[in-house]
Amino acid sequence: MLAHIFRRIVATIPVMAIVALFVFSLLYIAPGDPAAVIAGEQASPEDVEKIRKGLGLDRPFVSRFGEWSWHILQADLGTSMFTGLPVTQLIVQRLEPTLSLMVVTLILSITIAVPMGVIAAWKAGTWVDRGLMAFAVLGFSVPVFVVGYVLAYVFALELDWFPVQGYTPLSAGFWPWLENLVLPAIALGCVYIALIARITRASMLEVLQQDYIRTARSKGMGQSGILFVHALKNAAVPIVTVIGIGVALLIGGAVVTESVFAIPGLGRLTIDAIVRRDYPVIQGIVLLFSLVYVLVNLAVDVIYTLLDPRIRY
Amino acid sequence: MDRRSFLKAFAGAGSLAASGALPAPALSQGAAAKALRFVPQANLANFDPIWGTQYVVRNASQLVWDTLYGVDDKLEPQRQMVEGEEVSSDGLTWTFKLRSGLKFHDGEPVLAKDVVASLARWMARDSMGLMIKALQKEFTAVDDRTIKLVLSAPYPKLLLALGKNNTPMAFIMPERIAKTDPFQQITEYVGSGPMKFARSEWVPGAKAVFEKFADYQPRNEPHSWLAGGKKMLIDRIEWIILPDPATAAAALQNGEVDWWETPIPDLVPVLKKNKSIQVDIADPLGNIGSFRMNHLHPPFNNVKIRRAVQMALSQEDYMRAVVGDDTNLWKPIPSFFTPGTPLYTEEGGDVLKGKRDIDGAKKLLAEAGYAGQPVTCLVAQDQAPLKAMGEVTADLLKKLGMTVDFVATDWGTVGQRRASKSPPGQGGWGMFHTWHAGADCVNPASYIAVRGTGDKAWFGWPDSPAVEKEVAAWFAAKELGEEKAAVARLNKAAMEDVIYVPTGFYYGYQAWRSNVSGIIKGPLPFFWGVAKA
Repeated sequence: MLAHIFRRIVATIPVMAIVALFVFSLLYIAPGDPAAVIAGEQASPEDVEKIRKGLGLDRPFVSRFGEWSWHILQADLGTSMFTGLPVTQLIVQRLEPTLSLMVVTLILSITIAVPMGVIAAWKAGTWVDRGLMAFAVLGFSVPVFVVGYVLAYVFALELDWFPVQGYTPLSAGFWPWLENLVLPAIALGCVYIALIARITRASMLEVLQQDYIRTARSKGMGQSGILFVHALKNAAVPIVTVIGIGVALLIGGAVVTESVFAIPGLGRLTIDAIVRRDYPVIQGIVLLFSLVYVLVNLAVDVIYTLLDPRIRY
Repeated sequence: MDRRSFLKAFAGAGSLAASGALPAPALSQGAAAKALRFVPQANLANFDPIWGTQYVVRNASQLVWDTLYGVDDKLEPQRQMVEGEEVSSDGLTWTFKLRSGLKFHDGEPVLAKDVVASLARWMARDSMGLMIKALQKEFTAVDDRTIKLVLSAPYPKLLLALGKNNTPMAFIMPERIAKTDPFQQITEYVGSGPMKFARSEWVPGAKAVFEKFADYQPRNEPHSWLAGGKKMLIDRIEWIILPDPATAAAALQNGEVDWWETPIPDLVPVLKKNKSIQVDIADPLGNIGSFRMNHLHPPFNNVKIRRAVQMALSQEDYMRAVVGDDTNLWKPIPSFFTPGTPLYTEEGGDVLKGKRDIDGAKKLLAEAGYAGQPVTCLVAQDQAPLKAMGEVTADLLKKLGMTVDFVATDWGTVGQRRASKSPPGQGGWGMFHTWHAGADCVNPASYIAVRGTGDKAWFGWPDSPAVEKEVAAWFAAKELGEEKAAVARLNKAAMEDVIYVPTGFYYGYQAWRSNVSGIIKGPLPFFWGVAKA
């Protein structure tokens, strides 16, 4: 097992190298000019050209990629063309809000979605099942920003239970921190809840047909014990897989959610960087997200072995 | 439901809540923050007003850095950091004396050498600065408070150049910072203005914080735009970046922010209904919408084709698309200059007035030999006014029987592609849309868009000796009558050569909570004199 984890970590290196090359190349050929944005609307073409040279954007691809890669190898993601601040610093500034949003969303989603899926499977074919699955379909279909606006409309503007926007660091207290995250987490979690609930239901339906479940029932075991002790554990592998896949959904959804609720996280940093063509920041964030995704997949593989001892690498 | 209706519905609920029709705040309303929370027009992504000349950078910089002179609400330059100035009878030698006791935020005194270094950096980037530099024979610090500038020819607009509000403004920085290459970004943000920049709290894209500078010495005169006493009544200003207008509207209604610089017209009716919110025109100098044609390549290298488009377009169509049906917010403008300012003229502007002549335009196109060459029309979809203007233009060109290659893209791409002088089919372009702040169009000083210097002109590269002759006449003018005459001739020449096409004049709103006072109309948000109860 440890050897497998080591091999997977080593395999991450070429994956990240390919991602790096891909991202750099894409940005190189993509249209847009950070120098024009920096120079402002009234700048002359000559000024724009001088700023471009100042930023080193007139240099050939190989030279720029070589320099950037060399810095990456030294864990230096470069400097933002606009702020002049190190990309690492910008990412660290934004990490806590995004991590907070993702953690709260994950906890909320799993807490709601898994019981939803289990109950839907247990009550398969009834109005409870249909109602829960209709809710799941709705959650999957409505765009995150629409859910966000509706939640803000009801719970921030009408009821004034939560703030409309912003983020309070955890260091300022648990409730102030959570208060800012409740609505965004629900908005972002809708898709996730729908996805996990549907997979849980499908997986549970399959397991509930198994002989050992019938045996457990015939021995007089209670319904909750059957569902949550025997069935859920054996249905967990696909659920864990989809939770892992869903991290990518969370990353994508965070971009929109952070914009709607003005949370200063990595999602907004990504949008700002793309709009302005702040290449070092875009490259740094994509590399980070890729690394997170690779590591989440690794974690999912490890969790498989804990859930099902038959799985060996 | 379209996005506009959705935004209105979303924001509309806030007005109900704020007007007391809905339950009182329960959880989210803490004690009112003492800081003034301001939502700027854009993200403060960098903070060097010489290197990056976006308006948002200038607006933040005016808090941190001071200027020798500052224009008042009559657009007249008034003394700010200087105690006085002397000019020789031949107009060639200027001597400036700094006020005593001026300090930078790091405690160091403001010295003449700081002024020399700062203006040298500014001169390398500003169009008026470049003209001064070309005339400069000597520019030295005579002593700690005295600066001497010797020119080879008189430059009557010198004080305006040093006090103008157009970007880049002539901000004064410590010498060590001002010595930075003007095409490289500064890394220290030390000024002598009324507020200090709290760098440790700066989260680009989210927040920027300014704290009152205790040692700032405001002038005794009442403040008027960039002139007079910049007395700060607020100890801390937080710039909160809210890119989504619906979120900004809701935050304003919920009392989470105090002042929103640029509410979008769609949401203004909702904000006006809210008793806790004041709404007013932000900038009395407004904006001029425009589209520019590429004078280098067919079809717009033919002045008759440019004139055909000019005679057919309806500014009303553009303004209704950009701003909406609130006619208090816009008007047609048969001019390149800002209405209501001293040099405003409609000379030569008849071509933009009255009934639009589509048939006449078609005839002119035929005369010019237009043979269906495609017009590559760059339209930034991420900028609502530009998207709206682009769609009106595409419709207009099609009505004229022109072939339109509508390139829907984002502003970043337009910014890059418009700099290309290649033919439209090889990465170049035929036309793009933009707008100019009215403050930049009050005279030819910093009005690069109206210049006709050919290869050195702004994007589109119009070559118009007639325009340049009148620009020179304006710079040489010694009194207002001469300036007016020069600008009138300039306007006429620019209309005839179709340097660019104005699509209308429009205002924008600003909105603030009723417990905030002292907010005035101006070309940028002025924070001195603003108080929060």
